Amino acid sequence: MNVDKELDARGLNCPLPILKTKKSLADMSTGQVLKVISTDAGSVKDMQAFANQTGNVLVSQSEVNGEYVFFMQKK
Amino acid sequence: MKKMGIIATKGTLDMAYPPLILASTAAALGWDVQVFCTFYGLDLLRKDLSGIRISPLANPAMPMPVPMPVLVSALPGMEAMATMMMKQKLKSKGVASLAELRDLCIEADVKFAACQMTVELFEYDHSEFIGGVDFVGAASFMEFAGEADVCLFI
Repeated sequence: MNVDKELDARGLNCPLPILKTKKSLADMSTGQVLKVISTDAGSVKDMQAFANQTGNVLVSQSEVNGEYVFFMQKK
Repeated sequence: MKKMGIIATKGTLDMAYPPLILASTAAALGWDVQVFCTFYGLDLLRKDLSGIRISPLANPAMPMPVPMPVLVSALPGMEAMATMMMKQKLKSKGVASLAELRDLCIEADVKFAACQMTVELFEYDHSEFIGGVDFVGAASFMEFAGEADVCLFI
């Protein structure tokens, strides 16, 4: 997947991964993809909730060795 | 746009977090948020947040490294120690500081209002608070809360 920007949110806890995702998306253009890496287990549900409420698209999410990787496409 | 009104009434370290976490998150989701701070909740709006503490007294749910009888919790210095331990724990778990969360709220256009009645009651000066705070009464908050989708008393 083509990634336009990456956010390393490892070690951060709720609500920082969401707040930093929001900030990172702010200066991106429509259709661009943000990759977020998080270690907060709560962010699995929260990223989906963020996408549902903001209209950004959570293209995919996965877990590798306790790290969660999200690909969020800007609305 | 969805709206959330929060009434923040507590000024302890544990109770200062929920209003700021919910306000910053709702703002990040595009919500219009107002936090009305009254009584001890006014401490959330003071320029210096370092005085916000937590007490193990009357807080039996607070996890302690060793079982702590109430009389021990009441000893001088215990509150400072509990506060220091809690702050270390928050930091080690990657939880934002209160100042950081408040800055994120301000950046995301969360509106903070201070209850003018309690400002006078505690003899605070407006200069002790951060900029951008509206000093209002209950009627002003109700005007916002009446249109809100979510309203919380914390």
